[in-house]
Amino acid sequence: MKTKPIKPPAGSVSEAAEWQLRLYVAGQTAKSIAALNNLKQLCETHLAGRYAIEVIDLLVNPQLAAGDQILAVPMLVRKFPEPIRKIIGDLSNEERVLVGLDVQPLRPGVV
Amino acid sequence: MPPKLTRPKKENYSGLQKASTGIQGLDEITAGGLPRGRPTLVCGGAGCGKTLLAAEFLVRGATQCDEPGVFMMFEENAHELTQNMRSLGFDLDRLQKQKKIVLDFVHIERSEIEETGDYDLEGLFIRLGHAIDRIGAKRVVIDTLEALFAGLPNHAVLRAELRRLFRWLKDRGMTAIITAERGDESLTRYGLEEYVADCVIVLDHRITDQVSTRRLRVLKYRGSSHGTNEYPFLIGDLGISVLPITSLGLGHKAHQQRISTGISGLDEMFGGKGVYRGTSVLVSGSPGTGKSSIGASFANAACQRGDSVLLLAYEESQSQMIRNMRSIGIDLARWQEKGLLEIHASRPTLHGLEQHLVLMHELIARIKPVLVVVDPISNLTMDSDDTLLKPTLMRLIDFLKRSGVTAVFTSLTSDSEAASASSEVGVSSLMDSWILVTNLQRNGERTRTLQILKSRGMSHSNQVREFVFSSRGVDLLDVYLADNQVLTGTARVVQEARDRVADELRRRDHERRLGELASYRRTIEAQIDALKADLERHANEVEFSIARDNFEAEGIAARSRIARWSAATESNRTKQSRKRNR
Repeated sequence: MKTKPIKPPAGSVSEAAEWQLRLYVAGQTAKSIAALNNLKQLCETHLAGRYAIEVIDLLVNPQLAAGDQILAVPMLVRKFPEPIRKIIGDLSNEERVLVGLDVQPLRPGVV
Repeated sequence: MPPKLTRPKKENYSGLQKASTGIQGLDEITAGGLPRGRPTLVCGGAGCGKTLLAAEFLVRGATQCDEPGVFMMFEENAHELTQNMRSLGFDLDRLQKQKKIVLDFVHIERSEIEETGDYDLEGLFIRLGHAIDRIGAKRVVIDTLEALFAGLPNHAVLRAELRRLFRWLKDRGMTAIITAERGDESLTRYGLEEYVADCVIVLDHRITDQVSTRRLRVLKYRGSSHGTNEYPFLIGDLGISVLPITSLGLGHKAHQQRISTGISGLDEMFGGKGVYRGTSVLVSGSPGTGKSSIGASFANAACQRGDSVLLLAYEESQSQMIRNMRSIGIDLARWQEKGLLEIHASRPTLHGLEQHLVLMHELIARIKPVLVVVDPISNLTMDSDDTLLKPTLMRLIDFLKRSGVTAVFTSLTSDSEAASASSEVGVSSLMDSWILVTNLQRNGERTRTLQILKSRGMSHSNQVREFVFSSRGVDLLDVYLADNQVLTGTARVVQEARDRVADELRRRDHERRLGELASYRRTIEAQIDALKADLERHANEVEFSIARDNFEAEGIAARSRIARWSAATESNRTKQSRKRNR
């Protein structure tokens, strides 16, 4: 897959990570940059070391849009663990993202 | 509505470009097709045929206009659509392989999607754009966008994006069809007409008297004239066909050729040559007057000429018709075997009137007959309300005339004589020739009679003729006039017998009188001979007596000459003696 995997921060497991997330964006728009930043921050906070993020730019790989049923961007897809979950938007609302991903917040107090 | 919807030439340069839909009739209504490079909204309730219309537009574009297309669907998946379309004869799989069509199923599941913050539908644009670029598409179908409203909760974003989508489609020059579900108050449930305003087509599925008819209407067409009526359409074996017949003017060509009716007596009544080709003939009459038989005669005659015939039977089944017609010496089965005759028998209640019309169209377009017999038209409507029959027939007749097809319609009327003329007033004006068959009830029997009420453009008999069936077919008897009356049935037979007797008596009388004359002549001639003999005799006698008289007279003269001579000599002697004596 011709994607540009963003290396997760050091210490995390890149292969067979517990959380495999894929972020679909369309070019370097403000929304996509915001979404990626929000996602990174959220993962570092709650899923440190247990996640892998793959960013797919649909402008580069338009054929992937149909295959993965992408409609709205930015879209975050939880490929693993099953079942697949989809979150659209710039992921600015951390609580909803966590609910959407079904992630238990590590520090209940934060949320 | 303008009589002719073809645009003047100059408009092709400046006016709106159109993309042919390839759908029968729709191009005529829209005067050439959908607006090229613009989106068209197709809306209607469930089961109206929106998807089918859109799909056919795409398939016809790909196969007939060399315009590849993208079908983006939200409701059915590609496999389901392919299957559905295959039943109509469109092979989407093959078209996909030929890179003429791209099917893209957009799956939105509300439960899978969570919304957080700002987003747009760039993904959809990219998908669509990619599909368009892959095959160089010119046409796009989005079926149905409204699924997005159910899938994406943020309608504000959605609406903004849809506006952008339509703009984008226009910018890319895509001729697009967007389908939408019909709303309660508005045209579409989510008010899509707000965005797509260039052309709006409304589909409708209506049930009248338990018979459903699909209808299509072009509600709006910016920058173009279009037919504004509701046009019935049918989803048939060959896809959608719309009937735009009333949009046409009366521009058909009139044929000079005359064709036989198959009944020699009837041909004679039509000036000896039959009816004009391409005209419509109405045969009306009460039950059992022989309307179907006249129709079959027409068909038989056409087949004998080698013309193809379509017989639409709404009362009898095919085999029943063949059997019944055989009883009057018309063998329809043999024409069927030769492939000249096609009989389509169906119950009139099977479809609505409009649908019948569409079916007729399809049959006529496929078979291309020279003659069409519809038996009967009066049965096409369930209810007695004839208001629909006339426009339907007008469309059919227009269509037939345009294709130069001769049409024979039979029509059932009630038995009473007064009603027979009035009930047809509605359709008779559409017909070029009108044959009325009636049962005359007199002297305890019924006699079939036939008359031509009208026949445009030719001299025709004004007589009522008696009309008989025999095993050799249908024929008309010569007019039997007696005492300034046309006689039919038993009255005719009686009068014929009476006339025969009178003839015989007259003949004998003449013979007798001729005989008398001959004998009189003979008598006179004998008398003449006798008189002539008498005359001869008399003449002979006269001649003889004259001759005798002449002889006698000559004798006397001779004698007197002698006497005179002797007397003279005597007197001379006397004179000389006297001289001497002196």
